[in-house]
Amino acid sequence: MLGLLDSHYNYVAVMLLLGIGLYMLVESRNLVKKVIGMNVFQTGIFLFFITLAFRAGGNPPIIEDGGGPYVSPLPHVLILTAIVVGVSLTAVALALLIRIYTEYGTLDEDKLKQLYYD
Amino acid sequence: MIDHLPVLLVVLPILGGAVPLVVSLLHERAGWAVATLTVAGQVALAGLLAWTVETSGTVSYEVGGFAAPYGIELVVDGLSAAVALLVAVVALGVLAYARHAGPRSNSFYSLYLLLVAGLTGMSVTGDVFNLYVFLEITGLAAYGLVASGDEAKSAVAALKYLIIGTVGASLYLLGVGYLLAATGTLNMADLAGKLGSMAAYDSTLVLTAFGLMVGGLTVKVALFPLHTWQPDAYANAPDTVSAFISALVSTVSAYALARLLFSVFTVEFLSAVPIARWALLGLACVSVVTGSALAVSQSSVQRMLAYSSVSQFGLVVAGFTVGTPMAVVGASVHLLGHAVMKGGLFAATGVIERKTGATTLNGYAGMGSRVPVTAGAFSVLALAMVGVPPAIGFVGKWFIVFGAVKAEIWPVVVVLLASTLLTLAYFARLVERLYFAEATIHADEQADATADVPADATVADGSGRAVSTGMVAVVVAAAVLAVALTAAVPAFEQVLNETLPQLLTQ
Repeated sequence: MLGLLDSHYNYVAVMLLLGIGLYMLVESRNLVKKVIGMNVFQTGIFLFFITLAFRAGGNPPIIEDGGGPYVSPLPHVLILTAIVVGVSLTAVALALLIRIYTEYGTLDEDKLKQLYYD
Repeated sequence: MIDHLPVLLVVLPILGGAVPLVVSLLHERAGWAVATLTVAGQVALAGLLAWTVETSGTVSYEVGGFAAPYGIELVVDGLSAAVALLVAVVALGVLAYARHAGPRSNSFYSLYLLLVAGLTGMSVTGDVFNLYVFLEITGLAAYGLVASGDEAKSAVAALKYLIIGTVGASLYLLGVGYLLAATGTLNMADLAGKLGSMAAYDSTLVLTAFGLMVGGLTVKVALFPLHTWQPDAYANAPDTVSAFISALVSTVSAYALARLLFSVFTVEFLSAVPIARWALLGLACVSVVTGSALAVSQSSVQRMLAYSSVSQFGLVVAGFTVGTPMAVVGASVHLLGHAVMKGGLFAATGVIERKTGATTLNGYAGMGSRVPVTAGAFSVLALAMVGVPPAIGFVGKWFIVFGAVKAEIWPVVVVLLASTLLTLAYFARLVERLYFAEATIHADEQADATADVPADATVADGSGRAVSTGMVAVVVAAAVLAVALTAAVPAFEQVLNETLPQLLTQ
């Protein structure tokens, strides 16, 4: 168990981030915290991809005299794109939150539900 | 230029989408004209592409000139060409509706074109990560469009949609990561070759990837129990947006699911791992039954239509998962047919609400004589959805059921047949109210209610209460298409047979 923690600590971190993010998303009553949870969840996925690219003793993927082995550049590129997507989603979510707050005066999920179904 | 058709199809609406924002500096109401020009071009391009596919088979395109398994590849076969054409045509139809129904701000039309770009991208891409990017573009545009309503509720519905939709797309992305770990590639055709040889079909890695990707997409398709965002989003968005989103967003996601099943995991995976197939079939069947049951229990007509989508998409996914050639053709036909019918039904609810103020099942009583043309088209579309021949809804369901009978999956056959009865249960009730019930909302009462708004005035934000000929024409056109498309089914089947041979000649 400890050996696994030692050799695969990145994956443990991934699982923790995914779990914490999802828990915040489901359990938190504050809508801002839900959005933060969504971000933490996505960060877990980003870390997962970056971990995939790792190889022991790998060099940065720039062709120079030193030569390979290189770490895989592909997941890094993918995650750059995914980070951009994540930022845009957060921006849209925050814009919606501002509108909800000006209309209803609360960001508490339970209070909002009462107002919403009236 | 003709070589670059697939990528132009995505680039055109993105560029067109930027124009209204720039034009805002000069003119406030130019968005509609720009969007119409762009989408008309889109229809022409998509038509040309569909014609090319029909005459010379599958078209593939390497974006930026990077060779296929390394660069991003766009692949257009019969099914993707049909979906891309559907997106363009429905977008044009809904624009005719939006001319009068609003919203009219320039930014609305930018989002609209962005949504067209995302949906088209999803339908032509041949790369699983690229699919994720277009899935998120579609999502972002759809959240913005749902929130474009005036009511406060629409922002809440959009936020709910955003949070659930993002989790779905993120799960899909996680699945892509597992596939990348298993095979080292992201190209769909390359993945299909490498899965099974490089990584066994029943290895934990591949099974997890399947579960995550399919699970993520079913959120976007809105199968029960992952549908909870959908009725709120459809019912609280402006009428234009409900018609557009209900017709296309779930449809293209279901197409992506089919693409994943057949072009990435392939039919061999489904037969090698029966549990994956049964799980998806089970989910689809539960969705069919529960969606219908929830639809029957609604009093708001728009919510009823939304739950009806949950049930109809269960039917489509069941057809794809059964996997016999006939069922796949049936599911494809129902996928396209449902888009036309559901879009038309939502457009009709918008017209009826504007003319009479009726939004609920009881409010619809006796409206057959108040809005004869729209009510007639609504009834045709409703009966087409139930599956009355010769409408397109009948052909799709018939093929799916026949395919399931051939595959001898009897529980599915029972559910599919029962679903027709359940669909009848909620639509027949509505059509009966329309024509044979005493009106609950009278013309004079309603005139009082809207007395402060002159009949042909447009409110400052652009949502006029009056109904234009264009809006009614769109509803009627959808009803005509729902019947006329049946004639195109043999040709469509032919194209599918030619461009998806690995799928249809097992």
